[in-house]
Amino acid sequence: MAAAGTCGTGTRSTGSMVAAASTNNVTSFQRRGPRASGADSGCSRLVSIAGTRPSVRNGQLLVSTGLPALDQLLGGGLAVGTVLLIEEDKYNIYSPLLFKYFLAEGIVSGHAVLVASAKEDPADILQKLPAPLIDDSYKKECDEDVCSHKMEPDIKMKIAWRYQLLPKMEAGPVSSSRFGHYYDISKRIPQELIETSKWHGFFLPEKISSAFNVESCSLTPGYMKLLQFIQNIIYKEGFDGSNPQKKQKNILRIGIQNLGSPLWGDDICCTENCDTSHSLTKFLYILRGLLRTSLSACIITMPTHLIQNKAVIARVTNLSDTVVGLESFIGSEKETNPLYKDYHGLIHIRQIPRLNNLIYDISDVKDLAFKLKKKLFTIECKQVHGL
Amino acid sequence: MFPELNNLLNTTPEGAEQEKLTLLCDAKTDGSFLVHHFLSFYLKANCKVCFVALVQSFSHYNMVGQKLGVSLTTARERGQLVVLEGLKSAVDIFFRPQEEPHPLQFLREANAGDLQPLYAFVRDALEPVDCGEAAWRCPVLLVDDLSVLLSLGVGPVAVLDFVHYCRATVCREWKGNVVALVHDSGDAEDEESDVLLNGLSHQSHLILRAEGLATGFCKDVHGQLRILWRRPLQPTTPRDRSLTYQYKIQDKSVSFFAKGMSPAVL
Repeated sequence: MAAAGTCGTGTRSTGSMVAAASTNNVTSFQRRGPRASGADSGCSRLVSIAGTRPSVRNGQLLVSTGLPALDQLLGGGLAVGTVLLIEEDKYNIYSPLLFKYFLAEGIVSGHAVLVASAKEDPADILQKLPAPLIDDSYKKECDEDVCSHKMEPDIKMKIAWRYQLLPKMEAGPVSSSRFGHYYDISKRIPQELIETSKWHGFFLPEKISSAFNVESCSLTPGYMKLLQFIQNIIYKEGFDGSNPQKKQKNILRIGIQNLGSPLWGDDICCTENCDTSHSLTKFLYILRGLLRTSLSACIITMPTHLIQNKAVIARVTNLSDTVVGLESFIGSEKETNPLYKDYHGLIHIRQIPRLNNLIYDISDVKDLAFKLKKKLFTIECKQVHGL
Repeated sequence: MFPELNNLLNTTPEGAEQEKLTLLCDAKTDGSFLVHHFLSFYLKANCKVCFVALVQSFSHYNMVGQKLGVSLTTARERGQLVVLEGLKSAVDIFFRPQEEPHPLQFLREANAGDLQPLYAFVRDALEPVDCGEAAWRCPVLLVDDLSVLLSLGVGPVAVLDFVHYCRATVCREWKGNVVALVHDSGDAEDEESDVLLNGLSHQSHLILRAEGLATGFCKDVHGQLRILWRRPLQPTTPRDRSLTYQYKIQDKSVSFFAKGMSPAVL
């Protein structure tokens, strides 16, 4: 009897802890299933990480890409443990925006962020991230825009307004329990948010020294160093669950910019038959192996329009999980086409992974266009005029 | 396994054929549902299966397998299933170099590797153990998928050699089956992939080809499946038989129907 009594009190106290956790976590629709996560480390107890939510379809743990419209197109968000490949637009104007949204979302949600670039210092990239929008000013943006039809139906907006009652994102500790935020591109992210966040930078010119003792394994030295850096962070900070000292569970967001460009030491964009033709695909395979066994999600922007060998593009697509292509109208004949006059480019969802499932969430809409307004980047269904 | 596909192929788990090479191929669509079908089919047929899973993690196949009625973890514990997880092994080899040869050793090598260690792994996994009673029906090798090996730097001839060795051992010597998935790159002009696909097509007894619809994406018809029965080693037999069906993938099964007869249309 006494044992049963203590058992009872025990469960009640854990129940109250769970309740406390769930009030902080906005997503009350957590599935109690045994598999509620995507990573392999058997972490079914981790649904309470800030900035994540389980997928409605199969309980897969999702993170936001930083653009709620894109989240919806991808079936709720980006699955933890997967790669999001962005095929850059021709002049690389719009793909850095998606890259920055992803990183900003990581900082605002309190995730750890790893930025890798061969062109720009990661510290500078982080300084230029967009500021999260306080909900009042987002509403003003919507009212100004008279003829915009957003992707989300109106009912969703009504639910979103309830989140206005949550503490505003002005300054202070980074802990937003919301999934998906809106950002103001014209403003920079507050310095305090960057300082309180946990970030790691990989700037290729700094890491490549003149004497590299790399054992030749057909990976270019830049990719080799990047993989070792990522693996080191994952292991040291405990994202793969192997480090017994690191108890706190968090998501690692990895952003790799312009992968495959000549700045990374890869000449796959320069010639059709290059010597290092398997370097990029090997890199992607091993990167995906690292992601699958840890709590991380990765965004890669790649100038696929520069890759001469079409076979490589097909292989890269097969080796990535989610692939989104951006096609901007600048310089093409579509710029003067009246059909596209309201938009800046097209967005193609080329591939969505089927994870733990035979089927996947795919939206019916195939004609998607994007538009960069003064403060926001929006994705809309193409409006056919003149009907 | 999908019962409708069993009907189309005219097989049952109890009466599964032996000594066959089955080629799964997909063009402009995802043919992985075929891999899940054959995996659960051969596990239900009580065969010993060696699964070389290079594309996704084990838990992915396990979860889909549970929807189809087989538990991969139970099969693995019982010894019926041996799995080589490509993604996990790649990380292990790359960052923690080991002394003894690993099946995916070619990842560490600079020039085009060969697949001898992988073949040795398959051979050790499927070797019939003489323990008095026949525990499993026949050995089966299932590879998902061979095109990944091309992306990792292995030449198409090396992959064809590997399949040839496996066929000689698994199909001929041990009277088992080999099933492999290859991607058809279509108009992406991937010469290596074409060499591999053509080479395997000539050796296969059964080819299942999943194609995306020529007219593009459709919600109710996900693609078209072409089934081709071949007799590769007997040139005097009557012409190969071929059937075409359209399919729609659902949560736990795949439904097949004749072209144009989708329930959504009728």
